[in-house]
Amino acid sequence: MLTIRAFDTEAGDRFADGEIPGFVHLYIGEEAVGVGTCAALEDDDYIASTHRGHGHCIAKGLDPKYMMAELYGRAEGYCNGKGGSMHIADVDAGMLGANGIVGAGPPMATGAALSIDYQDRDQVAVGFLGDGAVAQGQVHEAINLAATWDLPAIFVVENNHYGEGTPVEKQHNVDNLSDTAQAHDIPGLTVDGMDITAVAEAVGEARARARAGDGPTLVEAETYRYRGHYEGDEEPYRDDDEIERWQDRDAIDSFKRRLIDRGELTAEEFDDLEREVEAEIEAAVEFAQNADPPAPHEAYDDMFAETPPEIERFATAARTTTDGGERIEESRSSSEPRSDGGRSGGERR
Amino acid sequence: MAAESENLTLVQAVRDGLHSEMERDDDVVVMGEDVGKNGGVFRATEGLYDEFGAERVVDTPLAESGIVGTAVGMAAYGLRPVPEMQFLGFIYPAFDQIVSHAARLRTRSRGRYTCPMVIRAPYGGGIRAPEHHSESSEAMFVHQPGLKVVVPSTPYDTKGLLASAIRSPDPVVFLEPKLIYRAFREEVPDEPYEVPLGEAAVRREGSDISVFTWGAMTRPTLEAAENLAGEVDVEVVDLRTLSPLDEETIVESFKKTGRAAVVHEAPKTGGLGAEIAATIQEEALLYQEAPVERITGFDTPFPLYALEDYYLPEPARIEDGIRDTMEF
Repeated sequence: MLTIRAFDTEAGDRFADGEIPGFVHLYIGEEAVGVGTCAALEDDDYIASTHRGHGHCIAKGLDPKYMMAELYGRAEGYCNGKGGSMHIADVDAGMLGANGIVGAGPPMATGAALSIDYQDRDQVAVGFLGDGAVAQGQVHEAINLAATWDLPAIFVVENNHYGEGTPVEKQHNVDNLSDTAQAHDIPGLTVDGMDITAVAEAVGEARARARAGDGPTLVEAETYRYRGHYEGDEEPYRDDDEIERWQDRDAIDSFKRRLIDRGELTAEEFDDLEREVEAEIEAAVEFAQNADPPAPHEAYDDMFAETPPEIERFATAARTTTDGGERIEESRSSSEPRSDGGRSGGERR
Repeated sequence: MAAESENLTLVQAVRDGLHSEMERDDDVVVMGEDVGKNGGVFRATEGLYDEFGAERVVDTPLAESGIVGTAVGMAAYGLRPVPEMQFLGFIYPAFDQIVSHAARLRTRSRGRYTCPMVIRAPYGGGIRAPEHHSESSEAMFVHQPGLKVVVPSTPYDTKGLLASAIRSPDPVVFLEPKLIYRAFREEVPDEPYEVPLGEAAVRREGSDISVFTWGAMTRPTLEAAENLAGEVDVEVVDLRTLSPLDEETIVESFKKTGRAAVVHEAPKTGGLGAEIAATIQEEALLYQEAPVERITGFDTPFPLYALEDYYLPEPARIEDGIRDTMEF
């Protein structure tokens, strides 16, 4: 949770500085949901994330260094610097991707769960979605399929109480979003998303149920985002009092107090952890700042398994017509080690 | 007495156009994600909620398919809905509603039902965000019989084309180039007025080559034309309506110059450039002195910012393309 908060705080600051392009959606305030969920999973379980995906990435074990490089649009990033904040994916971590489309995670999770079922593997697939996504048709199609076929899937609804700028009660007719589980005749429960252990317990039970062949569960975690829908959001839809009320129940603070009360952590140890995390994030920013952007012709990489002739023609043209073949060739050769080292493989584990 | 006008940006002209049409016709209903109380993510609907109320400026859940599907039903029974898709890249869940229903309701009911609606969507690159937030999929909609597709490139045209679109008896996909939402200002009359659909505008007269473009690409194309002045006399045609295409203006311009280039942000393959080239072949083959050059985005998803400058046609690349065509 500390890593996520430090990462996203830094990402927000660097976005404000103009160093990070595009849009960023920060997870600050919601850390207990992603971390609690992933804590209840095995390493080889799958997740499919949302547009607010940094927290899920870190909770699933992705390296902040290559994440930050991706936010900066650098070739060393998880998506070669071509995706940015909203598209980070990592097959090694079982992370099917953040996603710019609201509600896109659950169908992928259902499919991943079907592959698990089909191949008799001992895993589950989690689809994260926000409260706003509960209004999307594809979400209900996905839950219905997973329910009908008893798939080992878990749907985690992060109810941060706003779909973009519109309050949840203006978007849904149900009192609790977990009530929608009834339509699919699967268990649905609402837990305190500011309490990491409550989330972990609920997802742990859902995982056990999924592995027992009893099908999917819908877990709604009530949480709150401290920042706007996106960085730069003027947030005319809520007031500071409301934000402060949620911050009083901050997931990191309360978990820290609980650990200290139980004698499992000292205040000094917590401070050390915080310093360690800040140093890691600082190093990640430095790495990202110094990394190279992708070369123009790399726009054409990874379009198909076998590059069709017309794409090859475009790529060749990009190599020869953009600014200097020399720089591009250099960048190509320096990028080669990336393919088997760098962001995949043993270094980060 | 001189007509009153205001110096507006393109996005302010969208807002002004919506305001005018809502004032003159109670059946015009704006709907979409955060368009009401919050005034829209790009502020295109700012203040409309306060003036016209929640019944006519409807905040919807995040459900593009539901939004457009609902608009089809509203349009069938007398309303003129103007649904907003927050970004064009978010429209795909609603594609079925647009293609299978909005575009076909008239012909399916042998003209007894109609579907007068305007689907507004900010679109195009230049804001340093990848994929859904930047892509240009206008050709997908142009390919659908039963839809009109409109792209303004100036504030004045924006208000007038939006008025024509809202008053149109058939569905219109109205694409707003967000790169130039706030790029410049222009005098826009306070009074409602129409800029007719289906009519291109010659933005710069020239005799050597016709360059066809629209939306945000109009400015870099004009810049390229100015840069080439003295060397090549470039005519720049802003198509404004992509469906139906103004074939008359395209062909007339081409017959004068005998050479053509098309500039668009969208990927090359299957893009509208191909349709324009085919139109020229069909209507003016004997005037043709060179192949039609296509200066376009790449056949890839829209990349993040480091590659955006390569992806989007800019004056230097447009000039190169024009020179290639001249040297053929």
